[in-house]
Amino acid sequence: MDNLSVAFRDSKLASLLTEKLSKYRGGKINIMEVCGTHTMSISRYGIRSLLPEGINLISGPGCPVCVTPLYFINSAIELLDEKDVIITTFGDLMKVPGTSSSLIMEKARGKDIRIVYSPLDSLKIASENEDKRVVFLSVGFETTTPVTALTIRKASEEGFGNFSVLSANKTIPNVLKILALDKDVKVHGYLYPGHVSAITGTKLYHELAFQYGIPGVVAGFEPLDILHGILTLVDMINGSKKAVVNEYKRVVNEEGNKEAIKVTDQVFCPCDSVWRGIGNIPLSGLVIRDEYEAFDAWKVYNLKPCIAEETPGCMCGEILRGKLKPTDCGLFGKKCTPENPVGACMVSSEGTCAAYYRYQGV
Amino acid sequence: MQEIITLAHGSGGKTTGDLIKNIFIKHFNNDILMKNEDAASFILSGRAAFTTDSFVITPVFFKGGNIGKLAVCGTVNDLAAVGAVPLYLGCGFIIEEGLPLKELETIVEAMADTAKEAGVRIVTGDTKVVQKNAADKIFINTSGIGIIPDGIDISGYNAKPGDKVIITGTVGDHGCSILLEREKFDIYADIRSDCAPLNKMVGEVLSKTKDIHVMRDPTRGGVAATLNEIAVQSKVGIKLYEDRIPVNDQVRGLCELLGMDPLYMANEGKMLIIAPEAAINDIMGVLRNTVYGTKSCIIGEVTDEHESRVVMKTVAGGNRIVDMPVGDQLPRIC
Repeated sequence: MDNLSVAFRDSKLASLLTEKLSKYRGGKINIMEVCGTHTMSISRYGIRSLLPEGINLISGPGCPVCVTPLYFINSAIELLDEKDVIITTFGDLMKVPGTSSSLIMEKARGKDIRIVYSPLDSLKIASENEDKRVVFLSVGFETTTPVTALTIRKASEEGFGNFSVLSANKTIPNVLKILALDKDVKVHGYLYPGHVSAITGTKLYHELAFQYGIPGVVAGFEPLDILHGILTLVDMINGSKKAVVNEYKRVVNEEGNKEAIKVTDQVFCPCDSVWRGIGNIPLSGLVIRDEYEAFDAWKVYNLKPCIAEETPGCMCGEILRGKLKPTDCGLFGKKCTPENPVGACMVSSEGTCAAYYRYQGV
Repeated sequence: MQEIITLAHGSGGKTTGDLIKNIFIKHFNNDILMKNEDAASFILSGRAAFTTDSFVITPVFFKGGNIGKLAVCGTVNDLAAVGAVPLYLGCGFIIEEGLPLKELETIVEAMADTAKEAGVRIVTGDTKVVQKNAADKIFINTSGIGIIPDGIDISGYNAKPGDKVIITGTVGDHGCSILLEREKFDIYADIRSDCAPLNKMVGEVLSKTKDIHVMRDPTRGGVAATLNEIAVQSKVGIKLYEDRIPVNDQVRGLCELLGMDPLYMANEGKMLIIAPEAAINDIMGVLRNTVYGTKSCIIGEVTDEHESRVVMKTVAGGNRIVDMPVGDQLPRIC
């Protein structure tokens, strides 16, 4: 075994799992992979092409870029009207279309937008540019939020006066409940996100299994993780087992990462949140606490979220909820392509439409 | 005090003359250039290949090379890719004022060394100096002329079903090395650019067999972009096997961390060779014994299925499309 990732890509074991799955002869079952990185891995390793007809993978709302509402991008672009503002962002947000522009277009027009790998890099940029004000665009789920919280705490401790965060962070539990209750979305089993679960622990999924009767498997992102996760789910669905199985024990435990949860709670508190394509979901988002309001860009720049209309014909909402497949959308592959994305699902490489676009026809 | 390039160096007067004499002529040193005419003149015979390329890179100095070495390799490799023997290069410099003279000399020295290794002569050149912020330290353009020996017909339009696809070594090294140095991610990895002149390696292969259909150096957009271009031009499908594609461990690790794919990362010292099966043993035999080709691998084949598309059999056994990259790859969020 060279390292962990290679071990979980073993092609002999993969073909054994595929062979087992290929023997499935039951009725049609829908498995929702909640996380964008799962969607990505599934397409990267061509996992759909290995599944028998009866097993259908639906991509859920777990691509942070895809569910970030249009107004967030519009507000970020509005911020750039301030001449002394430097925006720092994860690379994924660069190409997301706002109503009339995108960050990548604004950068070409000369605005100062920098891609960072960690929010902490923004503080470095802030201290190197004391005459400028740095705003970090913060999106993401439980996995990404703790580092943003840590960055805000550090900025506060070190007295940064030229740094703030435009936040649209979200949390996973409530959207899963909404989807479980949605009669149009027939999810028979959840493939739970490994990274999010590493932070939250697995306890939060028990309610979905026991109260709503939907079994789930927490899985990693390598091909063997995913194939085995699907196999376990198929068995659970057919055996009507209502449980949560953790198959990513090398990373995930029941309790989660207490430090990460603590720092998130210290800086953020829950709020209602708009999910692009899904709408407002109570207590599914995070807002910066009043103690740290000096670092809340919404307040610092007095930005008012302005709900914007999506492009007519864009089915991102239905796709994010797993109601439609990308190929059911009239814009898919025609007006909406990775070169010219209309909806958010086409923008991020984790987005369902982008993943399908790569996969089509094989 | 450190000497720097000023606007005077581009004025055409004595300072320019000194710069040419003390740096360019000193290092490029050849009789055609030394004549100092408005144009270089030389005799060519045979079918000529002619190419040009501009080099803008941040940082200018990186592990495994600098912009000067890159500028020579890039043009030499483009000539080699059509089977030409590269002979003469021209180069144009656009320099931002303030560049330390020492840095310029290091760059020019690297160009001279690489040209010597490749066996080409830099016979004409031009220097312009622009104001601060009008360029990023230094931009270099190189053009090159070579002669294609008789009996060689290499083109992006020539791939045929049944042909095999060879890559002459690990993929993604240059792109990852530049990304690491430019973005300062606080990730420590010993990744070096693979930047190298490949004409001698190609020459050795061609002296063994001329039966090569397509050759391309997979620079920007990586192996993925280059193979997609070939699939479209030749109206064929290309099938890759993920487990046969050589990737350095550190490159793989960095790509995993940043959510990138080595297939899309630039190479500056690799060649993709597409040739009929009958010639493959000869080609691989020669490649494996060259300095830059020891890690050559057969990574796939040309098919008459899925026309104009590149499809890869993944390590999990599934198939996926390896599509044309859209814009640069950007580090992902999670």
